[in-house]
Amino acid sequence: MSDTTWQGMQFGLMSVSDITRNPVTGETPSEAQRIRDIVTIAKHAEQAGLDVFAIGEHHNPPFFSSSPTTTLAYIAAQTERIILSTSTTLITTNDPVRIAEEYAMLQHLAGGRSDLMMGRGNTGPVYPWFGKDIRQGLPLAIENYQLLHRLWREDVVDFEGKFRTALNGFTSTPRPLDDVPPFVWHGSIRTPEIAEQAAYYGDGFFANNIFWPKEHYQRLIGLYRQRFAHYGHGAPEEAIVGLGGQAFMANSSQDAVDQFRPYFNAAPVYGNGPSMEDFTEMTPLTVGSPQQVIDRYAAMRDTFGDYQRQLFLMDHAGLPLKIVLEQIDFLGQDVVPVLRRELQKDRPANVPDGPTHAALVTAKYGDATPRQPRPNANRGDNVTGGSPYQDSESAFGKAANK
Amino acid sequence: MTRKIAVVSAGLSDPSSTRMLADKIVKAVLAELDVRDVRREARVLELRDVAHDITNNLLTGFAPKALAEINAYVAGADALIAVTPIFSTSYSGLFKSWLDALDREALEGTPVLLAATAGTARHSLAIDYAMRPLFTYLHAEPISTGVFAASSDWGAEADQVAPLQKRIDRAARELADRLAGSVAKQKLDPYDPEAYLDGGSFADLLTDLPTRG
Repeated sequence: MSDTTWQGMQFGLMSVSDITRNPVTGETPSEAQRIRDIVTIAKHAEQAGLDVFAIGEHHNPPFFSSSPTTTLAYIAAQTERIILSTSTTLITTNDPVRIAEEYAMLQHLAGGRSDLMMGRGNTGPVYPWFGKDIRQGLPLAIENYQLLHRLWREDVVDFEGKFRTALNGFTSTPRPLDDVPPFVWHGSIRTPEIAEQAAYYGDGFFANNIFWPKEHYQRLIGLYRQRFAHYGHGAPEEAIVGLGGQAFMANSSQDAVDQFRPYFNAAPVYGNGPSMEDFTEMTPLTVGSPQQVIDRYAAMRDTFGDYQRQLFLMDHAGLPLKIVLEQIDFLGQDVVPVLRRELQKDRPANVPDGPTHAALVTAKYGDATPRQPRPNANRGDNVTGGSPYQDSESAFGKAANK
Repeated sequence: MTRKIAVVSAGLSDPSSTRMLADKIVKAVLAELDVRDVRREARVLELRDVAHDITNNLLTGFAPKALAEINAYVAGADALIAVTPIFSTSYSGLFKSWLDALDREALEGTPVLLAATAGTARHSLAIDYAMRPLFTYLHAEPISTGVFAASSDWGAEADQVAPLQKRIDRAARELADRLAGSVAKQKLDPYDPEAYLDGGSFADLLTDLPTRG
């Protein structure tokens, strides 16, 4: 079993929820099958000792995950320990009000075992489907997140922006669990403004680190760390960094190569492109024995600095459930326990642990009791009476709330 | 400061007349720069050497090492000499694929000498109806004279009134004048906050949303 006492690094899975034809059997799972499988995969990840399960958001076939909070809430109800997250939540095409509401609900139901990662999405047509323009992707991400950030921190929000209907006296319900917003990661593969955004708010930054050479992501993470310090959140090494990754394992490296090659060759993202040998050399994809995966990923901190979260893409490219579960076992039994030991060594004392709700509650309240907002009786509006919650000053003073 | 000239040849055979034309042009450009006391260096880059990388770049979204090095040289160059064979009325597919895989901003403001080869002079206007709009779209700055060489230009049937060398020299002068009269290219690192914040803070972006997507 893995050593779960050290909280420094969180290891887990990230799924893009693709429903891909299995190139070996020629079969394509149904949506129903794949949705059942993802629940099995997430539960198996917890049993294997992993810390995080993250799922993406897509609005087109061959993906199924249009509603991550539904999936994650269901998984939360059937697990005890694993953190549920996203990879990613679309900050561009979703209404930030709905993100605030849905992820606060998830946070309550999951008992704080949830966070989320912001992304802009990479499928052009998704923007017009939701009435947006992909050329406005960056401004949307900036304005929408600014609103989301306020909705989770201010009981009553007045807002006027470029992209969304104005809000007057709006309260996003429920208030975050313990009045502590879910931890937010910002994911980007090429946009320095997103690294800047993560740094500005003191949020986490996640580099998908899957499809391109790791040096590419090194620049974004370096920038994020430097700007995190610039905005006064701490030293560069105190910034919160997450990385994606990709591996396929078998006991011998030749078996891994033989087993994975048909899936690699047919995979939508790299099929018919570089050979698997070239691709594994150029990118963090590692196909081999568990020891090879350990070596490759133990060295990531040499490139990116000590970091907090490592997620692996495992359920993709048409791999059948049985193989995915075996891969999770390799991770849980052979890889992650060793990585925990290795990454714990020589880790500077000021490098923060992986973010958890409990740690955020302690950071906010110390030993005091967390705020538990209780609404006042319904007045029919939020506008005239100040705060809608009993523990806050109203426009007429505290007594007016009684 | 040494001015860098990137020479990209999209010829497919070895030796190719496209590469021969590229060599002749770069020789003339360097001579013209020497006359103007401009320190210079040039590098001739053959797309054939990275043809597989270019395809892989289109499929995966990143440039393998050899191609990345070429693209970095081109992006940092003060001028580009672009030479392509004309296939079926236009630049070659390899040439266009390379440009498709190049960073969209790589050639902004870069003077470009356009040159092409084909079997007969009937394709000579391809420089102006195909190559020139492409580089204009990329916000490069093609000089007015393009150099076209037909097979006959390499032999006894060559144009005697306006011979190839005369056309090359004219284009070389134009490019050299442009370089001699310009300041060396200074590209801001896109990951330098100066490049996207213009001296401000992220808070400025909140009130004045960026225009780029």
